[in-house]
Amino acid sequence: MIELISSLVPADIAAHAPALLVVGPMLLAPIAAFMPNGRLAWILSILATGFALVMAMVLVSQVRSVEGGAVLSYAMGGWAPDAGIEFRIDALNSMVLLLVSVIGFLAAIFSWPSVVAEIRDAKRAMFYAAYLVCFTGLCGVASTGDAFNLFVFLEISSIATYVLVALGASRDRRALPAAANYLLMGTIGASFFVVGVGFLYAATGTLNMAELAVRLQEMQGNKAVLAGYAFIFVGLGIKAAMFPLHQWLPNAYAYSPSFVTMFLAATATKVAIYALVRFLFTVFGLEFAFEGSTLIWILMPMGIAAMIACSFQAVFQTDVRRTLAYSSVAQVGYMLLGISIGTTAGVSAGMFHLVNHALIKGALFMALAGMVLSYQGTSLNDLKGLGRSAPWTMTAFAIGAVSLIGVPLTAGFQSKFALVNALFEHGWWWAVAVVMFSSLLAVVYMGRILEAVFFRAPSNPNKRRKEAPMLILIPLWVLAIANLWVGVQGGFVAGLAEDAAMSLFIGDVS
Amino acid sequence: MTGEMAIIAALVLPLLICAGIWLAGRVPDLREGVTLLGAAALFVVAIIIAGHVAAGSPAELSLGEAVPGLEFAFKAEPLGALFALVASGLWIVNSFYSIGYMRGNRERNQTRFYMCFAIALLGAMGVALSANLFTLFVFYEILTLSTYPLVAHKGDANAQRGARIYLMTLLGTSIGFLLVAVIWTGALAGSLDFMPGGLLQQAEGLTPVVASALLLLFAFGVGKAALMPFHFWLPNAMVAPTPVSALLHAVAVVKAGVFTILKVAIYVFGEEILHETASREFILAVACFTIIVASLVAMTKDNLKARLAYSTVAQLAYVTCGAMLATSAGFMGGSLQIAAHAVGKITLFMCAGAIYVATGLTNISDMRGLGRRMPLVFIAFFIASLSIIGIPPLAGGWPKYELMQGAVDTGMNYVPIVLIVSSLLNIAYLLPIPILALMPPPDTPEPAPYKRPGGAPMLTVAAPCFTAILCFIMFFMVGPISDFLEPATGERVIAAMNTGGTP
Repeated sequence: MIELISSLVPADIAAHAPALLVVGPMLLAPIAAFMPNGRLAWILSILATGFALVMAMVLVSQVRSVEGGAVLSYAMGGWAPDAGIEFRIDALNSMVLLLVSVIGFLAAIFSWPSVVAEIRDAKRAMFYAAYLVCFTGLCGVASTGDAFNLFVFLEISSIATYVLVALGASRDRRALPAAANYLLMGTIGASFFVVGVGFLYAATGTLNMAELAVRLQEMQGNKAVLAGYAFIFVGLGIKAAMFPLHQWLPNAYAYSPSFVTMFLAATATKVAIYALVRFLFTVFGLEFAFEGSTLIWILMPMGIAAMIACSFQAVFQTDVRRTLAYSSVAQVGYMLLGISIGTTAGVSAGMFHLVNHALIKGALFMALAGMVLSYQGTSLNDLKGLGRSAPWTMTAFAIGAVSLIGVPLTAGFQSKFALVNALFEHGWWWAVAVVMFSSLLAVVYMGRILEAVFFRAPSNPNKRRKEAPMLILIPLWVLAIANLWVGVQGGFVAGLAEDAAMSLFIGDVS
Repeated sequence: MTGEMAIIAALVLPLLICAGIWLAGRVPDLREGVTLLGAAALFVVAIIIAGHVAAGSPAELSLGEAVPGLEFAFKAEPLGALFALVASGLWIVNSFYSIGYMRGNRERNQTRFYMCFAIALLGAMGVALSANLFTLFVFYEILTLSTYPLVAHKGDANAQRGARIYLMTLLGTSIGFLLVAVIWTGALAGSLDFMPGGLLQQAEGLTPVVASALLLLFAFGVGKAALMPFHFWLPNAMVAPTPVSALLHAVAVVKAGVFTILKVAIYVFGEEILHETASREFILAVACFTIIVASLVAMTKDNLKARLAYSTVAQLAYVTCGAMLATSAGFMGGSLQIAAHAVGKITLFMCAGAIYVATGLTNISDMRGLGRRMPLVFIAFFIASLSIIGIPPLAGGWPKYELMQGAVDTGMNYVPIVLIVSSLLNIAYLLPIPILALMPPPDTPEPAPYKRPGGAPMLTVAAPCFTAILCFIMFFMVGPISDFLEPATGERVIAAMNTGGTP
């Protein structure tokens, strides 16, 4: 299908797809801000993200047209790389871009009912503008081949995110401290990152990532490079909610507008992990990352700590959103564990889980948004008996939940299987025990929710409860079916993830 | 019908039945018609599959790969074909029984009940016919998840608690141990396909320590085999309506568990590797421990279904025991036990259900003299008890004979003693029930009158009588059955010669 759609795009436009993907939503964002009412802004944001989705499909098919994955280099404004900014698309970027734009598009469609319920009329146009800016930023981070430009896009998306989180204040005032906390942590992270980039620039004299990779090869052991490495690692670690730098995440997820939670959970941390992987493997190179033992002594223990500690925290939450938020941090741990193996199979499993987790959390938070609409609450107590009054919403939620647990025939099973397989091949059998233990905790915390939803009587039967509106149900079921599809026929996504991992290891040589 | 089509039919039929039940949900007679017709059709399909296996051209089918290396593949072999036959054949009997029981008891949510039953049969068929560990695991989990609503059917706090323990134990062991074992096997052997002689033979670098760990993970990961200490879900699952206990917790679910153990022993490890695996003897000892202890616990239970549940735990361990003996006779004994115990235990459960529908009684101590009123039920109970104990000419005699043969072959001299003690314990906890009911001591007060006017529905009496007769017939059919199984378990004569000289 991707080939079909991208073949419909004229060649002139397809040649500029890397730029258009980012520029399109960016230009439409200010227009959305000036729309007279929220509905027009909503339609505009659907158009913008839909356009980005088509462009992402074009990129994926272009990259996949060559055996082993092509590398598309696009010079912004015609300025050759090193002097100008290069957008560099390979198998890894194109996968992340496809993921972000699919989620972005579905999120845009789904947003309207929940925005109407949670955002005041006057602010809706601005809300959509902020959403498009955030989307632009995430796509930019995923496409650029320039280290400083990556920082700029990271900040664009982050600043828009602070606004989006704070807009939850009309539903719950606690959104304001959550947004402030996020702002603080996000800014620290971004500052660390930019300081790190500064060190690299001072040492090598270039900001282009491909060029950096070449020059850094000869600078092993240089103190400035090491310092830069540490700053970048910590900075991106904060953005990716790497344990123990994740404290901003649960509150931000719990108090933002439902729509924002869903979009952030499915994309923001994923893009940060992409950036982390990009720097670890492409810019610094595998040798550097391993010689510093970062992977084994930091990434892996942190991943494992997240898988255990945050799964435990998830078990003891009473607000379902917080349960899912802690579970997100735990799932980031799975991805980090996969990456820290440092083999193709491991990184591929990590990337596979990255995509699948976006599908899972996207579906779960969409269903939760539907519940907020019908019931105004997301505590475990509010959800009792919802399985009867909103069967379609809750069935999709249940599919997401079993996928998160990793039940066979779902996406979550496939990526956990791949991860455990990679762990066995590498001989880390003790990490397998951790993965399984964490999965069992997932059974506990998701099982509690499912039991309340399907097997408990409503705590307040008089309150009005209804199915989520169609605009939520359709994108929700698209994601739920995607979970099942990857579970049964996961070859496409697994192939994307594997190509992405391969491209990292080939890129390391050049 | 070609073999490939038969396998497709075995997988699609339960889904069609499920959809049909849903569509016909408002018309109970039509809905039950769908179940009965579908169950009969599934049995025919199972016979066709078995026919292909017996003719030496087993059916194969591949439904494509989930991700590269993980294939949904099916292949009929004798063991699986037998399990499919037993599960689908007894489903017909059980469906008749369910109709009588569910209507007689005026249970709610009957449509959901029958739908979940059909999906559970899909799980059992998939487990029986799977060609690799991945497919087996997938259907194993389908079986777990589809039976959860059945256990929780009553919906009260007690049922929910039992169902939660059920789900958590089965999911916990399968994700925590079985899945690890499956992936580890794949990483070692480079494939997940079942292979005659043992998949692990092609594994490089398989040390005895790794093999031991792997076998432990398999044995305790298959929670459905109810090996102690992971047996407690089974007594807890007894909160389910009796037809569920009868078909699922005496036949489909638990037999899927021990079937997996047998399949792993024969097709993943194989006799040779099993003999070099140290943990084999440990698991054998655990199985023997389970046989004795579960029988002892059964004696203390006054609730009839609880007693039967512990009896099932003990009887399942026979199969594990046979698999861990790792001889042809042991494998044969385990396989026969799957069929023989299924027929016997489903009879006992159906009798318990018939008693409950008619009188509301669940405790054995209240059933004295009840046999005067329900003679057929207690005679069926008596026959099935004799079969479980292993007295010829009833089906349960053969597996015990084969197991003892296998134990002697390998020099495991304590195993026959365990089996004999177990038979004595069976006599002690099963036989008093029908005997005291049929021939109460003279001073026994008259049993309470029927709760339900007219007593047990006809169907709930006819079904156990039928399966009790089946216990007889199966005793005489053991020749053809063991000929059928021999390609899987290995020829016993040769095995006996090989090991005959060693003590």
